[in-house]
Order: sequence, then structure tokens, then C-alpha cells
Amino acid sequence: MDRETSRRAFLMGAAAGLGLGAVITVVPVHATPKEMEDAVRKVVGSAPVTKGRVKLELPPLSENGNTVPLTVSIESPMTAADHVRAIHVFTELNPQPDVVSFRFGPRAGHARVSTRIRLANTQTVTAIGELSDGSFWSATAAVVVTLAACLEDA
Amino acid sequence: MANALVNVPARARRGEIIEVKTLISHPMETGYRRTQLGARIPRDIIRLFVCTYNGTEVFRAELHPAIAANPFVVFSTVATESGTLAFQWTGDNGFSATESATITVE
Repeated sequence: MDRETSRRAFLMGAAAGLGLGAVITVVPVHATPKEMEDAVRKVVGSAPVTKGRVKLELPPLSENGNTVPLTVSIESPMTAADHVRAIHVFTELNPQPDVVSFRFGPRAGHARVSTRIRLANTQTVTAIGELSDGSFWSATAAVVVTLAACLEDA
Repeated sequence: MANALVNVPARARRGEIIEVKTLISHPMETGYRRTQLGARIPRDIIRLFVCTYNGTEVFRAELHPAIAANPFVVFSTVATESGTLAFQWTGDNGFSATESATITVE
């Protein structure tokens, strides 16, 4: 009797486990371009975003998505009246669209930052620059990734 | 606890734009990875990096899981006066680290 119950419990547990596994595989594991659009909208609000002014430097081909060098800059006099307030970086196919937000003031001298990012897929990276006059500018860069980041087992 | 490295020029002319390089050891666990048994590894990242120059904030970065392990950030600032640049990293699980560098402006 006891053995019987434990066998049934085991089978039910196994079935539940399989069901759970199926659910997990159905859920997309990356952000979609739509989610990136939403993330960008959260930052810029209803303001228009114009292409240009921002310079986004990424290698066109990256062998290791775990560490991809990124440099982003905007030509600006960086005075109290005219400076870059922030630069935001987004991806379309990482598990979440936000990558990093840099915030500057006139004392930054140059609006230029370098860092290393993770890319989960071959995709397009977008940088949005926010100027002190309230305008938004953008640049994109396409990167081919051979070894994807984020999703490997530990 | 954490190993932080900062590179700030020791001397600069007044008004010169200096480049600051920072590196800190941290796994930046994304929260999306799983162990071989399928258990999700909880997120453990640095969320915020702030640089202050003699107490005034000059640069700030909000980090997300898409920043590579051992966050490396290079930025610039204007050498206005002699003093201290203080760096602070804060993150998940109460993570906090500070580092500072002195600069002589002539």
C-alpha cells in the first residue's frame, strides 16, 4: 500500500515536471524588437528620436558574446548650456533589452564611454543619446556573435 | 572584498580632459543561467557605478545583466582642481565597494 502510493506520487510528480518543462520551453528566452521599442519609449517618452550624432563602435564580428567591447560617443561642446545628459544602450535579442545607461554632466569633458557587454545572439545594438536641449539621437550597430552569452549552463 | 582597479593620471593641467579607467572583479551573474540540474542561478550584479570629484558627481552608470563580468568602464572628466576622485559600486545582495584616487592639478 505504502509502496503503491509512493509510486503514484512519483508518477504524478514526474508528469508535473514534464508539464513544467514544456511550459518553460514555450516562453521566449529573449527580448523581442517590440520589447526593445517599449524600453526605448520608457526612456524617451513621446519625444522623437532622430538618427545621427551618436557614434556607436562595436566589432562587426564577435567570437565571444560574453565580452564584446563597446564604445559610444557624441560630439558635443559639453558646456552648461549644451551638453549630453545621458547615453542609453539597448539590444533587441538579449533576455532583457536594457544594457546600460551612462549619465553625464558638463564636467564630463567628453561624452565618450567604453565598456564590455554581453550579447546573447547575432543582433543589432542601439544607442540613444539624450542632449541637454531635450532632443534624442540614435545610432545602431549590427554584430555577428559566434558564441552566445547568457544561456550556457554553469 | 572586491578587487577594484582605477587608473587616473597623477597630474594634469587645469581644464584638461582626463581619461579615467575603472575595473572591478565581480561575476555579474545574469539570473538567466541554470545549473546542470536545471535550477536557476539567482541574479547577482552591480547595479550602479558613481564617480565623484571632490564630492561633486561627474559620472554615473546604471548597469544591467548585459554588462560583462568584471565591469570595465572608461570615461572622462575635466581636471578642475587638485583633489580626490571617489568611485563607488553598489549592487545586489548588499554589494558595495569603494575606491579613490588623488590628482594634482597645476
